[in-house]
Amino acid sequence: MSMINYASREINCKLVYYGPGLGGKTTNLEHVYNKVAPGAKGKMISLATETERTLFFDFLPVDLGTIRGFKTRFHLYTVPGQVYYNASRKLILKGVDGVVFVADSQIERMEANIEAMQNLYDNMAEHGYDLTRIPFIIQYNKRDLPNAASIADLQAALNPGWPVEDAARQRPLADPYHEGEFLVGRTQDGEWIERATYFEAVAVNGEGVFDTLKAVSKLVLKTLG
Amino acid sequence: MSGASSWSLAEADHDKIVVLLTAFLRESNARTALLVDRTGQMVATAGEPPEFDPTTFASLAAADFSANDQLARLIGEPEFGSLFHQGETASMYLADIARRVILVVLFDTRTTLGLVKLRVRGTVGDLSKVFTEMFARDGGVAPRVEQDFLGDAEDEIDKLFGE
Repeated sequence: MSMINYASREINCKLVYYGPGLGGKTTNLEHVYNKVAPGAKGKMISLATETERTLFFDFLPVDLGTIRGFKTRFHLYTVPGQVYYNASRKLILKGVDGVVFVADSQIERMEANIEAMQNLYDNMAEHGYDLTRIPFIIQYNKRDLPNAASIADLQAALNPGWPVEDAARQRPLADPYHEGEFLVGRTQDGEWIERATYFEAVAVNGEGVFDTLKAVSKLVLKTLG
Repeated sequence: MSGASSWSLAEADHDKIVVLLTAFLRESNARTALLVDRTGQMVATAGEPPEFDPTTFASLAAADFSANDQLARLIGEPEFGSLFHQGETASMYLADIARRVILVVLFDTRTTLGLVKLRVRGTVGDLSKVFTEMFARDGGVAPRVEQDFLGDAEDEIDKLFGE
């Protein structure tokens, strides 16, 4: 829920990084924190356990600067990965403007990815939000590992697409980030489906982190226009 | 069902809110009053300017309130309308406003919890009225920015997030 404050001339947007435990959500935020210019970032807050597992959330405010008189800021949050922290996961989604799902590419983590994705849909629905109608990006992390599943397998499991019912939107939309792929297209059965944009990443060395953040922030800003 | 609804705060509403907060601070002798929205964004402040980072404060205050909301439900209460955190010299009192906003009062030994609680009650009522009217007036229509803003914002994103 972005808020435009005309009194303080501020626009704040909330981005949430979601996904299975140890998938790299906090690592994404840490990379952003380490690389963004000092004047553009606030303090990074981590509510974590002694073993550095996220207990409640990580939080990082990033300032875009003053645009047309409005101080524009993104609030980046992560949720805890473990299922038993679901109550806190759900709280963080309140008022979310854009979601990044950080999937762990390792074959062994496929089930955890699917479970987290289902949990994301459920928690969004409990807030009354529809994931297919808000800015949503999937990041396939840990692409450097030898046991990483293929993108085709990950897409089939986590991003199979949702039906496009609005006739006005039933037209091919190419994926601007992957040549020859589509975001809106037809299946072999002739059904129109839409998929979330995805990025490959190795968050631990920063690869793909800013591509993901750039894409989701632009989608969020578009919803304000 | 769609995404979260956006909202905006007009200057006139902000002024009304600050007048209410300032009157409350005078009557209660509290230091600072802050309004934080439930998603963790600072809405308004009055009184002594806080020395901490307001953005961080707002996100933690909202999380604190939300977590306690869930604790209330676990013990069979619909909600905790207010929370109190006691420190040695500085303390905080948090109260719900119209289920959308949280009033956070910072006070020290110049006043007492009793006086803060007593004065906060009327202010919560007045602020709830302002916010309820404001949300009813907006009718859930999402605020919009001009197209030029979007173009400039995209450029800034490329600059800031370019490696």
